[in-house]
Amino acid sequence: MVEALNSAMDVMLARDPDVLIFGEDVGFFGGVFRVTDGLQQRYGEQRVFDAPIAESGQIAVAIGMGAYGLRPVVECQFADYIYPAFDQLVSEAARLRYRSAGEFNAPITVRAPYGGGIFGGQTHSQSPEGLFTHVCGLKTVIPSNPYDAKGLLISAIEDDDPVLFFEPKRLYAGPFDGHYEKPVETWAKHAAGEVPVGYYAIPLGKAAVARQGEALTILAYGTMVHVALAATAETGVDAEILDLRSLMPIDIEAITGSVEKTGRCLIVHEATRTSGYGAELSALVQERCFYHLEAPILRVTGWDTPYPREFEWEYFPGPLRVAEAIRKIMAG
Amino acid sequence: MKHDSSLRLHIPESRFRPGDVPDFNYLNLPKAGVAKRPKTDAKASETRDLAYGLVRVIDDAGAAVGPWDPKLDPETLRKGLRYMLLTRVFDDRMFKAQRQGKTPFYMKCTGEEAVSVAQALVLNRDDMCFASYRQQGLLIARDWPVFDLMCQIYSNTLDRLKGRQLPVLYSVREAGFFSLSGNLGTQYPQAVGWAMASAYKRDTKIAAAWIGEGASAEGDFHQALTFAAVYRAPVILNLSNNQWAISSSQGVAGGEETTFASRAVGFGFPGIRVDGNDFLAVYAVSRWAAERARNNHGPTLIEHFTYRAAPHSTSDDPSRYRPGDEYQRWPLGDPIIRLKGHLMRLGEWDEARHTALMAELEAEVDTANKKAQKLGVHGGGPYHDPSTMFEDVYKEMPWHLREQQAELALFREKKP
Ligand SMILES: Cc1ncc(C[n+]2csc(CCOP(=O)(O)OP(=O)(O)O)c2C)c(N)n1
Ligand SMILES: [Mg+2]
Repeated sequence: MVEALNSAMDVMLARDPDVLIFGEDVGFFGGVFRVTDGLQQRYGEQRVFDAPIAESGQIAVAIGMGAYGLRPVVECQFADYIYPAFDQLVSEAARLRYRSAGEFNAPITVRAPYGGGIFGGQTHSQSPEGLFTHVCGLKTVIPSNPYDAKGLLISAIEDDDPVLFFEPKRLYAGPFDGHYEKPVETWAKHAAGEVPVGYYAIPLGKAAVARQGEALTILAYGTMVHVALAATAETGVDAEILDLRSLMPIDIEAITGSVEKTGRCLIVHEATRTSGYGAELSALVQERCFYHLEAPILRVTGWDTPYPREFEWEYFPGPLRVAEAIRKIMAG
Repeated sequence: MKHDSSLRLHIPESRFRPGDVPDFNYLNLPKAGVAKRPKTDAKASETRDLAYGLVRVIDDAGAAVGPWDPKLDPETLRKGLRYMLLTRVFDDRMFKAQRQGKTPFYMKCTGEEAVSVAQALVLNRDDMCFASYRQQGLLIARDWPVFDLMCQIYSNTLDRLKGRQLPVLYSVREAGFFSLSGNLGTQYPQAVGWAMASAYKRDTKIAAAWIGEGASAEGDFHQALTFAAVYRAPVILNLSNNQWAISSSQGVAGGEETTFASRAVGFGFPGIRVDGNDFLAVYAVSRWAAERARNNHGPTLIEHFTYRAAPHSTSDDPSRYRPGDEYQRWPLGDPIIRLKGHLMRLGEWDEARHTALMAELEAEVDTANKKAQKLGVHGGGPYHDPSTMFEDVYKEMPWHLREQQAELALFREKKP
């Protein structure tokens, strides 16, 4: 997925002179996860450069550049470090268009690796998407595979509104279904691991069907798409798995269409549970599909604790927990 | 007069990258002994030269010179040497443990030992330290057992932080060491708050905080300076300028055209730039700042001018972004070798004693390490019970966490 993201930025830097990239260690070094590797060497220091360690400053500067007419892409080294920029995102980027009645806008993209799986502890593992989907004016995107990652990142950069682009860091090197004891896989054998060289865009706001099925609908995104696939295979239940890809805007037709067909719904995310994005999904499904539901909607999520470093796998909502929820819904 | 017809964006770049031959002549380092030493109630403006200069005490021949010479007795000097050496031996052993898979992560402070050890010897044990991840020397100089640190690094059954934290993000209240956050800079203004509380309570304790030059770009750094200045908080604000923030040079943090110490002058309190690899200089400047704080004259910002000899962390490979021999060419040397040289010049140390001390410390670290590893290591355990992860989120566990705790227990029973 690292190469796919790199390719998206490569394509956009080549196409649009107003695209520029900055963030901690993204310049000469190419980023601590190597996502911007080689871009400074290719496009020069004016377009790909290191930023001071000041996330609030980075986003604020990006907003100013965006208002001028550029399309800055900021790398936040870890999603866990985005909070210093919270005010700039929530009060500024999100509302610039609104408060100026369209005079100004902030066409910025903030990329940030999120999620667990690398023993990073509480400050390298968080999934803060729910904090941002709650804010009107921000878009939030989370890919689950290299093909989507590239097409979605290109759309995010081209989008005229501020987009938070969370990258599941555990998927950087290969698909991961929560079976941490199995050997690590690369993307080479995965259908969506192949990424076309040039430009292509995947529209924001469109979910993908990761698996077609009739028995129940699983709403997932990011790493949890793969976990849901594994859990489905293990239970033998014919689940339909929607990979939401774009959390805001949200593909409501895809969700209601699937739940109306299956009559059952499971929501999974790695983020903590209380007031998480799953709560919004659950409310939407309840409001719109109530008369189609044959069982209560369930959520499988991270526990409501900080990510405990040594207990990564006791914390991570793995296939065992997802499978159990599938069975419970099917019995309901 | 001709003008450029268009504006240009300046992007700072590191002077040296892999393949370059580093030449630090541009630093124009002042000689040891030349910096003046004002009274500890000095106004910010009286420290201007110190903020842009460099306090150095140990000269090239190993002698202590100038008004900043703290005139320490040999006993204290040997103590400093011992703690710095122990810090280095401990670091090397833990780095190796990471390479052996016993812990997922470690961070060394090689080359920066004086920054924490010298100040620890100045502070009282109950002065609270708000450190960054590169001040393990504080704990070591406060005689906190390396065994306890190892238990945290291995997340074993005696890890007082119960496997919750990234290795090296210690918390040792008993040794006046505030819980470390993984978020850079956040604790710098908290140190100011702790110091303000001490003043409010008419206590005698002061606080000390550390930040990297890279992290000093964060808003929290500037807020700390504002509050410290406004309330004349009894706090020592340390900034370790080790030239690098992972792969970014100090220029990216704003050090291209000025010093970090000079920031303080703008906020209205003294800033002093010190040779961070000179144990005596760090000691002297720390003592100056502590005296100032204890006498209600307020904060001091100390920029420790040093070099990060080690990789950023065990996850880092500096050969990708800086010349391999940059540290060898660093003109301010190694704090341990320099203090050793000074002691030898005084006739208070020799090679035989040094070798014996080294062997003693290696044995001490080795014994502690064996004992800690027996209690469990990363990946293999044993650990604390995972159900403890639900504790301490709140003082009292609410119903939903109790439910989640029970659910986890159920899954752990079912696990094949
Ligand atoms: C708020 C925040 N942003 C980014 C990071 C990631 N990060 C960890 S250490 C580091 C470099 C810090 O450099 P510096 O402050 O100079 O300290 P040094 O490592 O040199 O001691 C970065 C960017 C973080 N931990 N917290
Ligand atoms: Mg640094």
